Amino acid sequence: MELLARRKLTNQVALTLSLAAMVFGLFWLAWILVTVLQLGIDGLSLSLFTEMTPPPGAENGGLLNAIVGSLILVGLGTLLGTPIGIMAGIYLAEYGRYTWLGRVTRFVNDLLLSAPSIVIGLFVYAVVVATTGKFSGWSGVIALALLVLPIVIRTTENMLMLVPGPLREAAFALGAPKHIVIYKVTLRAARSGVVTGVLLAVARIAGETAPLLFTALSNQFWSVDLNEPMANLPVTIFKFAMSPFEDWQRLAWAGVLLITLGVLGLNVIARVLFRAEKLH
Amino acid sequence: MQTATQSHQGVITGQAQVAFRNFNFYYGEFLALKNINFEMEKQKVTAFIGPSGCGKSTLLRTINRMYDLYPNQRAEGEILLNNQNLLDPKVDVTSLRARVGMVFQKPTPFPMSIFDNIAFGVGLHEKLSRADMEERVHWALVKAALWPEVKDKLNQSGMSLSGGQQQRLCIARGIAVKPEVLLLDEPTSALDPISTSRIEELVIELKNDFTIVIVTHNMQQAARISDYTAYMYLGELIEYGVTDELFLRPKKKETEDYITGRFG
Repeated sequence: MELLARRKLTNQVALTLSLAAMVFGLFWLAWILVTVLQLGIDGLSLSLFTEMTPPPGAENGGLLNAIVGSLILVGLGTLLGTPIGIMAGIYLAEYGRYTWLGRVTRFVNDLLLSAPSIVIGLFVYAVVVATTGKFSGWSGVIALALLVLPIVIRTTENMLMLVPGPLREAAFALGAPKHIVIYKVTLRAARSGVVTGVLLAVARIAGETAPLLFTALSNQFWSVDLNEPMANLPVTIFKFAMSPFEDWQRLAWAGVLLITLGVLGLNVIARVLFRAEKLH
Repeated sequence: MQTATQSHQGVITGQAQVAFRNFNFYYGEFLALKNINFEMEKQKVTAFIGPSGCGKSTLLRTINRMYDLYPNQRAEGEILLNNQNLLDPKVDVTSLRARVGMVFQKPTPFPMSIFDNIAFGVGLHEKLSRADMEERVHWALVKAALWPEVKDKLNQSGMSLSGGQQQRLCIARGIAVKPEVLLLDEPTSALDPISTSRIEELVIELKNDFTIVIVTHNMQQAARISDYTAYMYLGELIEYGVTDELFLRPKKKETEDYITGRFG
């Protein structure tokens, strides 16, 4: 009885501590969300989506060029990074699992995964911006693609590794060649996980500022020319939040709210997709 | 091929479908199967029994060269499938696997519809019209005694079926390719008793068309459904013969100890 009582007490203490840790973590998250919502909701208006970023001293203005610029940069960055990432992930999980090249690639990818995004930004600055002589949308796309790449490689590899060995063997046992086993069975079994990884990568780059600061820079005007500097939400937020003008600060908070809602939406979609597949 | 091999007691009176000759198998440096010599008869059920780790699954997986998938596994000697050595490097494994089907311990439905699960393997080896493919899928599902349960939901995911149904789907998938030999690696160990007895009935039914090799942990199962039984221990084939003989009058002391439950 004595032993049982002590176990129950230990259980209570452990439960209380982990509950407290959970509350502590969630508290800051909730605070951030509430602050973003409070300050951002002020700036939400129709003109946010119809007007360009204002010049200094001007009244009102919106974020249209930055929103569109961000969509283009993030969209193209994902489009560029995803196929390469998925193919590299397939190589690591299905072909190079036991090879020297696979191990080296995995190690380098882990480095890339944890590299600060400002390093990526400076790298693209040195390689693309400095050699072409100007900031451009394309260099931003490349920087974002480099951030997407390791995330997609990692999740694709992990998701393929989770596919049960017997499922793979069953496909081979029917006389399927390796590329068909991968394409029709293992990749399909890992599909929802891979898509989730891509969505999380998009969520990650949607708010990245540092890599764009040195590449796409920003643009006060409407421009969808990828050879020119391109407006985008993170850099605009950075610029406006640091400014002394109240109007700009309000726009910055509205931009923060937009990104937060976008990322939240992507995460929800990723979860729903993943669960739908699990129940399947 | 009509005569039994010298080193073991297996008496093959009919025609041999699969024969092992001086066969050794290695996991890296470790010799997992030692000098295996015996023959399996056409259109019979042969069971491999023995304690865990004795090499019975390893032996089964050599018949479709499953070990080819893993870099540090290798085989020596000969495995004859209709007198052709399937260990010959010139043998194409994909067409070999069309002749030797396999069903695994846990059901492994592919993440696709019931229809596509079966059409997948067939489509790899034959170009069939839509109508012919439908006929083949129907044929395989009838053979695997699954048709009445799935005929109205061929477009549903194979994963939506129960465990026993999934296993029969895997059997249907294997026989749809029309192999000569069907390998069953403990096919009922993850199933409930009712599903198990359905699979056992099915195996007895299927030997009219296929040569069946089954690995089982369950001695009663081997006794119920197999014509020949091989008892293995520590990578060696200890005794091989007609199932009733082996269970009633085992010739070796080790076999007797195992089947009477004194060991294993």
